[in-house]
Amino acid sequence: MHTLIDALRFIGHNGALPSDPAAPTLVHLTLQMIAISAAGIALSLAVGLPIGIWLGHRHRFSFLAINISNIGRALPSLAVLAIGDAILGIGLTVTEVALVILAAPIALTNAYVGVAGVNPEIVDAARGVGMSDWRILWRVELPLAIPLVFAGVRTAAVYVVATAAIASLAGYNGGLGYIITDEQSYGLSGVLGAAICVAALALVVEGLLALVQRALTPRGVRLERDVRGEDVDAIVPVVTVGG
Amino acid sequence: MIAIGARAPVIPTFGGSASSYACERANRLFCANWVSRNWSSVLWPALRQHIVLSVVAVAIGFALSFGLALLAYRRRRLEQPVILISGVLYTIPSLALFEILVPFKPLGLSARTAEVALVSYTLLILFRNIVTGLREVPDEVREAARGMGMTNRQVLWRVELPLALPSIIAGLRIATVTVIALATVASYICDQGLGVPIFAAIQDGVFKTELIVAGGLAVALALCADGLLVLLQRALTPWARRETSRAT
Repeated sequence: MHTLIDALRFIGHNGALPSDPAAPTLVHLTLQMIAISAAGIALSLAVGLPIGIWLGHRHRFSFLAINISNIGRALPSLAVLAIGDAILGIGLTVTEVALVILAAPIALTNAYVGVAGVNPEIVDAARGVGMSDWRILWRVELPLAIPLVFAGVRTAAVYVVATAAIASLAGYNGGLGYIITDEQSYGLSGVLGAAICVAALALVVEGLLALVQRALTPRGVRLERDVRGEDVDAIVPVVTVGG
Repeated sequence: MIAIGARAPVIPTFGGSASSYACERANRLFCANWVSRNWSSVLWPALRQHIVLSVVAVAIGFALSFGLALLAYRRRRLEQPVILISGVLYTIPSLALFEILVPFKPLGLSARTAEVALVSYTLLILFRNIVTGLREVPDEVREAARGMGMTNRQVLWRVELPLALPSIIAGLRIATVTVIALATVASYICDQGLGVPIFAAIQDGVFKTELIVAGGLAVALALCADGLLVLLQRALTPWARRETSRAT
């Protein structure tokens, strides 16, 4: 228990912005971690969402789209990061590429399942009133698929934060993992303090995206969920994994 | 910390004898010689520990989630709190959770800490899939069973749980694959499993065979476990064979 209090004290003592950027402090590294994660999340979504949404819209390659996240889940993030670092050299680019390889499949699968799972009668009705393909996708399928698509976005985002922390284990010196893996310089309280910050960061990311999801979900879809009294993303057990 | 290519390749000391030098010095990505030489001393023990770590975590996680799910199935009020707590545990990054658990007295730097963290990652997936599976049993089926004179307990074990099996096993598959992938990180705090050779290779910085073989074994183990669970589901639900392709 004492160690936990020391850890919180460590966070308190290092709460100020660093005066010397050469000596990374907690705030410096947290900001760096946010930057690494934000880039990783943006890239993963930029790769995963369009492919998943388009395949779902066309109902193509369902086996591949559904199972790619199973394969992504089976890849140990530590090994992917370490192999990337070993072959291509340690650096930000390799870390970001690894983040995309690990997180994009999650976004892709959920986007596919969400869009492909829209009731075909609704899509037929939309076609019947003369909507174009694009309008059906934008005005009908996507709004209805938002709960599932966002379940994927949230899981992918949390996965990116978790993996960005592991990047330091594989040798990349950046983000809060830098403190977590350097107990000799920062002590157990420092390691623990940084771990608490990583945990908090993941929870904040998840919470913020939950708010975005709420704002983006059309009122009709939201009402339907309340009436049925169930979590839509719980129905399809495709939702993936922090790691 | 680790400078790749900055210095002359260091010849690793782990179990390698003189004849494997050439391959290691050449710094090749994959060195079959090394694998056959170190299979029984390095890789097999790591793989075995990895299997034990994962099986224990999934078994404990399943027992906990199963109990909680049956409770929440009867008392809906319990569902949201359980989902909230297991959701928070699930969201905390693995490395952070491992480190946060270390200071607690009975845990420390041991396999126990790793198991607690790994179990906590299975709870949300398993709990949600078990409850959802039970809820999706059609009411008519339930009523027919009751009409035949079954007690609540009989309805649960003979009707509801068998029908919920696809969803339960889908959860088990996700949980198992997740745990196997995450258990590599657990080696950071407990020195067991396939993470051990991975960390050894990262420390060494030059020799990559260890890293690639251990990573490959982790992926292979996850895919094998996934396949075994699919077979288990087929064996347990002979009536639903046409639908199994749906369960992800």
